[in-house]
Amino acid sequence: MKSGTATDRLSRSTGNQWLSPISPWLVMLIGALALPILHPNVYHLDVLTTALLYALLALGLNIIVGLTGLLHLGYAAFFAIGAYTYGLMNLHWGCPFWVGWIPAGIVAGIAGACLGLPALRVRGDYLAIVTLGFGEIVRIGVTNLDRWTGGPNGLIGVAHPHLWVPGIGDWDFGVESAPYYYLVCLTTAVVAAVCVRLSRSRIGRAWIAIREDEVAAACAGVPVLQLKLLAQACGGAIAGVAGAIFAAKQGAITPDSFDFILSVMILAMVVLGGLGSIRGAIVGALVLGCLPEVLRGFDRFRMLVFGAAMILVIRLRPHGLFGGFERRIRITPHAQPATPSGRA
Amino acid sequence: MTTPPAPRTGPLLEINNLTKRFGGVVALDAITFSIDEGDIIGLIGPNGAGKTTLFNCVTGVLRPNAGQVRFGRQTMESVVGLAPHEIVECGIARTFQNIRVFAGMSVLENVLVGTYPRTQTGLLGAALGTASARHEQRWAHDRAMGLLELVGLHERAEESAAALPFGWQRRLEIARALASDPALLFLDEPAAGLNPVEKQRLLELISQLRANGLTILLIEHDMQVVMPMSDRVVVLDYGKKIAEGSPKVIQQDARVIEAYLGAPRA
Ligand SMILES: Nc1ncnc2c1ncn2[C@@H]1O[C@H](COP(=O)(O)OP(=O)(O)OP(=O)(O)O)[C@@H](O)[C@H]1O
Ligand SMILES: [Mg+2]
Repeated sequence: MKSGTATDRLSRSTGNQWLSPISPWLVMLIGALALPILHPNVYHLDVLTTALLYALLALGLNIIVGLTGLLHLGYAAFFAIGAYTYGLMNLHWGCPFWVGWIPAGIVAGIAGACLGLPALRVRGDYLAIVTLGFGEIVRIGVTNLDRWTGGPNGLIGVAHPHLWVPGIGDWDFGVESAPYYYLVCLTTAVVAAVCVRLSRSRIGRAWIAIREDEVAAACAGVPVLQLKLLAQACGGAIAGVAGAIFAAKQGAITPDSFDFILSVMILAMVVLGGLGSIRGAIVGALVLGCLPEVLRGFDRFRMLVFGAAMILVIRLRPHGLFGGFERRIRITPHAQPATPSGRA
Repeated sequence: MTTPPAPRTGPLLEINNLTKRFGGVVALDAITFSIDEGDIIGLIGPNGAGKTTLFNCVTGVLRPNAGQVRFGRQTMESVVGLAPHEIVECGIARTFQNIRVFAGMSVLENVLVGTYPRTQTGLLGAALGTASARHEQRWAHDRAMGLLELVGLHERAEESAAALPFGWQRRLEIARALASDPALLFLDEPAAGLNPVEKQRLLELISQLRANGLTILLIEHDMQVVMPMSDRVVVLDYGKKIAEGSPKVIQQDARVIEAYLGAPRA
């Protein structure tokens, strides 16, 4: 039966997929977690921690730009909002990091939705300009509201995360490297898993449909405006959490950590990885996050080589490393949960 | 013609004085007609007559300048001013004259998007992959596969929609529209660009949909498609309704022959 084989093939491939994409991820995650023990190099760990924090940001921006197709040039603003939310709550009310990351995410998520309301009436290039303006307004606002934000000097003395460890008691992460590496690594892993599930859900498919053709999506029954706002809110919330981690790690934040260049870098990571690809966002962030350090040997020509490498990749892979229909993770749902006996 | 199984309960859609202007162009000029449940209505007219504009005004893509559109099985509700997705939720679905499949998605995913208004999983359920979310996902998947089978595309479910031949993309659009479980389906020139074999299969598909109780408004230039399929035909010309009636009557209407069907037959 011809039709039977096709459906069978489909349900088999979709049935296994609940587990199959997780396993390589799991191997990578275990590898990443073992790294500080196998290779305890503080400098390398710091570079990786920063790159993984970029990966977290790239995952969030990927929802907005990659899945939903809304060009956003002010993404660093959400990162700033999260960092300042945790910083201020910690300085004023002594809010610990393990609590503070939640409001940081919520406030940045709300900011995303609020920006979305007026901004989503415009499209394409105009949206890019509005979001760019938003990014600059937040940065300049934070710089000038010095009564609350400390102005250009920023916030100083933000508490590092504490943990109560049996046998040791209260343990401050302080300025060590490994604890932050683990924190960022696990957060990125959790967010990536959520993103994979979201992108395969009805919501993720609706986001992609909006990216592909807004009118057709609306006429297929997708509430376009609502889903665009949701994408902005999700992307904003992820950046907000990343901001709280950043503030807790640095212990001090200044407005110039959240400039336009950061927004562009995160966007470049998403584009390099391939719009809409979750693997792509992570790999893109790791590559662009580590490359400047790897290229230190080139000294003054470092950024030149960096730029040339970018151009080369986009020449060879116009859809990014993992972009395009064929290369992306299949966003099909699982049909039947794979039966243990299998149905070979 | 087989009579539809659903009992006719009066009009499913009422269009009243629908008017749409683009600057100086009056694309729709006080159009009035209604569609009874279970019928296939042919909408014909020369290029630029306003057929697609009528679709756009009823489905919420464009906002009409004046007039009412009321839709419903039991109670007729106005749909003017609703967003397109709300109109889909009411039960009107459509295809496009210029094919608009989601090119970056698979064939199956295209149809799955169409199930959006009939599913409920929220952000949290989707993010956590809860049991109810997975259950609904399976339901949507089965429904989409069933519809792909109906239009004959189930064997290509996993292929890229962009890679499908033109005629198959038209079928995919129909399957996507059907996924929202509409009561009324708008087809905008579904036979355009199809070869005779594909056209024949399309006719069979439309007959089958009608047999399942679907009401259809069909824009079509190909008289060999419209005339045998339609219960009634509405003719537009320069934004005005110039005739309405059974295919037989329309084929003999002098104004229609002049405006559309060509020179009077010798
Ligand atoms: N978005 C628009 N802006 C301006 N004018 C428009 C727009 N859409 C349609 N028109 C004009 O309205 C008139 C009716 O167009 P419409 O597309 O509805 O015709 P149609 O009957 O579908 O023709 P066809 O058979 O070529 O598809 C035409 O004169 C067209 O130029
Ligand atoms: Mg048209």
